[in-house]
Amino acid sequence: MNKQLRREIILDNYQHPFHKDKEVDDSYIKVNTNNESCIDNLDIYFKVENGVILDVSFKGEACAISTSCSSILLRYLVGKNLNEVKVILDEYNKMINEEEYDQDILKDLIVYSDIYLQPNRKNCALLPVKAVLRLLDNLGEKNGN
Amino acid sequence: MNREDFKMLDNDIVYFDNGATTFKPNCVIDSMNDYYNNYCANAHRGDYKISNKVDIEYEKVREKVKDLIGASSSEEIVFTSGATQSLNMIVLGFMAHALKSGDEVLITKSEHASNVLPWMELQKKMGIVIKYIPLNDDLELTYDNVLNSITSKTKVISIAHVTNTVGDIRPIYEIGKLCKEKNIYFVVDAAQSIPHRKVDVIENNVSFLAFSAHKMLGPTGVGVLYGKKELLEEVVPIFVGGGMNNYFLSNFEVEYSPIPNRLEAGTPNVAGVIGMGKAIDYLMNIGYEKIEKHEEDLKRYFLEKVKRIKNVKIYNPNSKSGIVLFNIDDVFAQDTATFLDYYNICVRSGNHCAKMLIDELGIKNTCRISFYLYNTKEEVDRLIKALENSKNIFDIVI
Repeated sequence: MNKQLRREIILDNYQHPFHKDKEVDDSYIKVNTNNESCIDNLDIYFKVENGVILDVSFKGEACAISTSCSSILLRYLVGKNLNEVKVILDEYNKMINEEEYDQDILKDLIVYSDIYLQPNRKNCALLPVKAVLRLLDNLGEKNGN
Repeated sequence: MNREDFKMLDNDIVYFDNGATTFKPNCVIDSMNDYYNNYCANAHRGDYKISNKVDIEYEKVREKVKDLIGASSSEEIVFTSGATQSLNMIVLGFMAHALKSGDEVLITKSEHASNVLPWMELQKKMGIVIKYIPLNDDLELTYDNVLNSITSKTKVISIAHVTNTVGDIRPIYEIGKLCKEKNIYFVVDAAQSIPHRKVDVIENNVSFLAFSAHKMLGPTGVGVLYGKKELLEEVVPIFVGGGMNNYFLSNFEVEYSPIPNRLEAGTPNVAGVIGMGKAIDYLMNIGYEKIEKHEEDLKRYFLEKVKRIKNVKIYNPNSKSGIVLFNIDDVFAQDTATFLDYYNICVRSGNHCAKMLIDELGIKNTCRISFYLYNTKEEVDRLIKALENSKNIFDIVI
């Protein structure tokens, strides 16, 4: 993906983030995610039924990278079952940590493949991932796993 | 001024984050290396020449601090790891024993976490009542608001001399006088003031004072707790161990040393203290008056120039210290800081450890510029130029 396209995707998701501030009801699970080292702070809401993420929403203040990343990742996770979610997160973590990863699984998320060039922004690109991992933990605990 | 004394400035960095920490002049670093290379020994312990030199150099710094803040005697000066430790010692080592449930402590919403969280701990532990003195429209603390907040239950006023966000300089002389009249303990967090302006503990009737060396050209990990002698005598040590006791016996009889040693358990940060002493010499050699004027000039110069840039909002144009809070319209503060970093300009983004100020400011995060003596108008010009180019901010940030 060329730099220009990459930038356009990130900027579009920053300026028009997917389901940001979408109203949610009590059936959504809320997970907070923040970076100690910076000032990003988001509440992410998931509607999960029968092991499938049916809908998402997020609220809060974060930088261009965190916000756009939340938008792209959350949009992608809608309709995925929890096993698929785990695979996506694993591949994404590999990419951020400069390991071999599967581009086909990550789709638009590959816009962050160069983020290692700005080490101080890596945490920004991992902000929503931390929330999804916590969601998986919470659901795992609930199911007694 | 004095730029040649700072090795860090050889790196083509514009450093406007002096409220967080400052660069160190060569003489400070040399003094610490001199200790490590030429008379490295423990303090208060040895009968040999280099250990004796450590004692002399270490205690000399206590005298320097005493003179710097106008204390009555060097016994009133305790070396700590920094302002945070000093404030914790005041609150948890003294106030926890001097106050009772229902006593009121006045602070403000623009205090640094270090002057808030220890009080909150005490509130949980013993039921003291924390009250916030209202700030005016410029988010500054006025004498009248202090006066109107005092009740018969007020036992402590604990405030920063200069805040690390808005940068307002509090009228500590008047507040100190009021505290004396009404028999209120006056705790002053001088972390943001003492690097820039004179603080006299007697003239201002300060009960306890806290500050860090690293914000005043000194090393990290060292700072000062000042307490009026009769109050410091009552501070209960949070840490006990070596260097602070006269004796202890197997029948559990213990006698602690007199102040200040009683409050300095363990091997002290000797190199840090020596470096702090050199930083004080360096600052005094330049003089507070010159430093204050230089920072004021820079701030005025910046504010005048930034007026032309329509999409930059300044939140504290009227505050008197060298701190400026700003945002670029519709840009998250952290993105602005990342953008400026591209031009090697260091500013801080966030809530600057004053998280309660959100209530007053109505905005969570800002960028902060904090000037110091080595900053120049040319550096301000570089910042202005970068801000003028901020229309393309996302080409750089993303």
